[in-house]
Amino acid sequence: MRRSYTVSLVAAACAVFSLAASAMLLHRNDQLRPHSALDEVLYVSSPKVLKRASLGYDGLLADIYWTRAVQYFGYRHSQHAGTYNLLFPLLEITTQLDPHLVVAYEFGASFLAPTPPFGAGNPEQAVQLMQYGIRNNPNNWRLYYDLGFVYYVNLKDYKKAADVFAQGSQVPNSHPFMRVLAAQMAQHAGDYETAKMLWTASYQNSQDRQIRQNAIEHLRSLRVDDDVAKLQQGVTRFGERTGRLPVSMAELAYAEGLPHIPVDPDGHPYDLTPEGRVLIHIPDDYPFATRGLPPGYTPQTKFDYNRQ
Amino acid sequence: MNARIAHIASNTFREAVRDRVLYNLIAFALLLSGAAILVGQISIDIEKLVVINLGLTAVSLFGIVIAIFIGIGLVSKEIEKRTLYTVLSRPVRRWEFIVGKFLGLAGTLVVNTFFMAIGVFAALLYVSHKFVRTDALILVALYFIVLEFLIICAIALLFSSFSSPLLSAVFAFSLFVIGSFAEDLRGFASMTHGFTRWVATGAAYLVPNFSAFNVIGSIAHEQPVAAQLIVNNTLYAFFYAALALSGAVLIFEHRNLK
Amino acid sequence: MNAIEILGLEKTYLVGFWAKRPKRALHPLHLNVEEGEIFGFLGPNGAGKTTTLKLLMGLVFPTAGSARILGREWTDPEVKAQIGFLPEQPYFYDHLTAHELLNYYAQLSGVPGKERSRRVESTLLQVGLRDIKGVQLRKFSKGMLQRVGIAQAILHDPKLVFLDEPMSGLDPIGRREVRDLIVQLKSEGKTVFFSTHILSDAEALCDRVAIINQGMLRGIGAVADLTSNVQGKIEIIWRGNTVPASMKALGAECHVTGDTIRAVLSETQQDAAIDALRRERLRLISITPVRTSLEAYFVEKLQHAETKAGTMA
Repeated sequence: MRRSYTVSLVAAACAVFSLAASAMLLHRNDQLRPHSALDEVLYVSSPKVLKRASLGYDGLLADIYWTRAVQYFGYRHSQHAGTYNLLFPLLEITTQLDPHLVVAYEFGASFLAPTPPFGAGNPEQAVQLMQYGIRNNPNNWRLYYDLGFVYYVNLKDYKKAADVFAQGSQVPNSHPFMRVLAAQMAQHAGDYETAKMLWTASYQNSQDRQIRQNAIEHLRSLRVDDDVAKLQQGVTRFGERTGRLPVSMAELAYAEGLPHIPVDPDGHPYDLTPEGRVLIHIPDDYPFATRGLPPGYTPQTKFDYNRQ
Repeated sequence: MNARIAHIASNTFREAVRDRVLYNLIAFALLLSGAAILVGQISIDIEKLVVINLGLTAVSLFGIVIAIFIGIGLVSKEIEKRTLYTVLSRPVRRWEFIVGKFLGLAGTLVVNTFFMAIGVFAALLYVSHKFVRTDALILVALYFIVLEFLIICAIALLFSSFSSPLLSAVFAFSLFVIGSFAEDLRGFASMTHGFTRWVATGAAYLVPNFSAFNVIGSIAHEQPVAAQLIVNNTLYAFFYAALALSGAVLIFEHRNLK
Repeated sequence: MNAIEILGLEKTYLVGFWAKRPKRALHPLHLNVEEGEIFGFLGPNGAGKTTTLKLLMGLVFPTAGSARILGREWTDPEVKAQIGFLPEQPYFYDHLTAHELLNYYAQLSGVPGKERSRRVESTLLQVGLRDIKGVQLRKFSKGMLQRVGIAQAILHDPKLVFLDEPMSGLDPIGRREVRDLIVQLKSEGKTVFFSTHILSDAEALCDRVAIINQGMLRGIGAVADLTSNVQGKIEIIWRGNTVPASMKALGAECHVTGDTIRAVLSETQQDAAIDALRRERLRLISITPVRTSLEAYFVEKLQHAETKAGTMA
């Protein structure tokens, strides 16, 4: 009898130890290859092969690949990886398996086009994806919006953007702002108001957390750009009136008749250099700002899409 | 005659219900439906989409596995275990045996699908909090899935009438896979010439064609299904199952039982 | 009417993996079984007994020949309603209880709904199965399964019952019960055709037997005739412990066991032997004719066939 207990005890202890050891080894492996949590290899990269292999269950396979695409981007972004080579193939596979998965096109529009580290840096691929999406979902106005978005923000081709927004506004049940955007594109492409309208639309019409966060960041940076531009104009006016530069932001504010020292969306006051340049207090908080940056400043991607 | 078939069918049904493998598979499928809820949280937009895709795919795949595993046991197992001897020494015609087995298995699968479908609808209710009219499309998808089962059942029975349980399972599963490529086979056949064309075309029509039956992807996007398709699929399933069953009866009628 | 008429039934199998060679499991068989008799089908293992039964049941198709069962073609499905079959080492649906199984078989045999449970109960009682309600067949012992097998063969009150090795798996009490059952079946006017390789059972039960070996019929006849006093010998037993010279003179084989002596003599010497004993004043215990046992007949027939095959080859 005693012998059988011993055997059981040894076997149980062995099992526990083996489990712990194997878990630890997996963890060690992770540390050896930190950037390979999602391998940079698509074992099957042909959408047609995958469609065949799915045995008719392509809807589910599309959902699986969509999940992979989202996690791929989010993970690499959080790791400041800087490149997203697999994003387009993953989205291409997803949309070939399920051409009606609209959210995949939107994700592509947001993150294929921007330059690294904010995106894959390939607006042409984004355009390609959008056009494929429109062909397969001709009555979905949102895809026209997304395509116009890419033309406007990343390719700065305002003419094409206007055309696309106009086409989108023809789609039945399209959002009213499509027509407005078309008009705006035609006349005031470079305006702050137009860009604000676009990013606000983006934020309001998407459910995807990363897309919304992206829109918020752009809106914040737009606001800062606008603030800095207006403040810089104020400095110029001050100079024309008084013949000198303001000594402080407080003086400028008083002279401009502002109720208090101007602050950025985070509540930090803008800085004024002795040379009369308006600067953002913490430039890193506004990665998309194009004004108010110190000379020689290179943006650090500190922000995280997963931050609340 | 009808009474004997009914008795064989109900006995087959009872045998399937008491097979524990069935319950494990159903439980697993229900589990997957539950898991679908978790997976859908990747993106709020597509929660419902994922529940439908994953849930219906689970019903389909597990049902096919059940159809094959129980189906092949129907005749092969009975021959191996010689339970057939005492049945056939009674005024039961061999063809009645085959038909009764088929009906029993078909009944099992329908009941099975019913329970798994409840799991899917429960998961759907959980993520959407209510049902909408387009959810009725899920019933169409489930109906097509059941039609697929009937075809697979008949195929499993066909192989089971002359082959060992293991080989029958392999053949039946292979035919299911090939059936998913049936359209490609037809396309390939049309591109060939001469003798190859004859062979390929013959094979393309002989093999079950499941391409029109899988509407999971499209109903997940709430796209409607043409009524004509429902009629056509029903008829195709009926005729193909009849084809396979006729083959089974033919083979079984002339088989020497060891 | 003959219960069974086998008209030249023959079965050849093709064996081998690549090149198939023909193997004759049954040479053309001609055999009749009368209504109301218990017929024994004897032979060693592999002789062709089970093949014959499977041919008659339609489980296997003959290479040639035909048969009539109860006056109809053996392939007529309606015939099956009037026959019962117990296969060798039967298996049943494991997941069912004995009641469910027999009920299912009763359904298939066309027993009307109202009568089914009554028949099932009485048959189970008849084969000696008690207290088994709700127990699945997968839990039954071999002997219990054998009884279930017999039960399903007689449950629908068939006129003709085929039993393949009915005694296998049974203990002595069980064998006795089955023997009694078979006798009872005969008393009900049924015909019983059973195959076995146990000769004592056949000797005790059968009216007629057939002997088959290597797919060929070797002998057939009434048990009484086959085991009659063909050799014309008698056995005398008397009390004593020494063999008298007079007995030795008759050329008897004598065996002494304790205080009795047994001698085997030719029938014609019977009177002389009795006189010898009376003269010696020895106490006679018994005189019985020596019957050939079925076993001897059996062995003789098989050896005869082998010799014949040997000389032919």
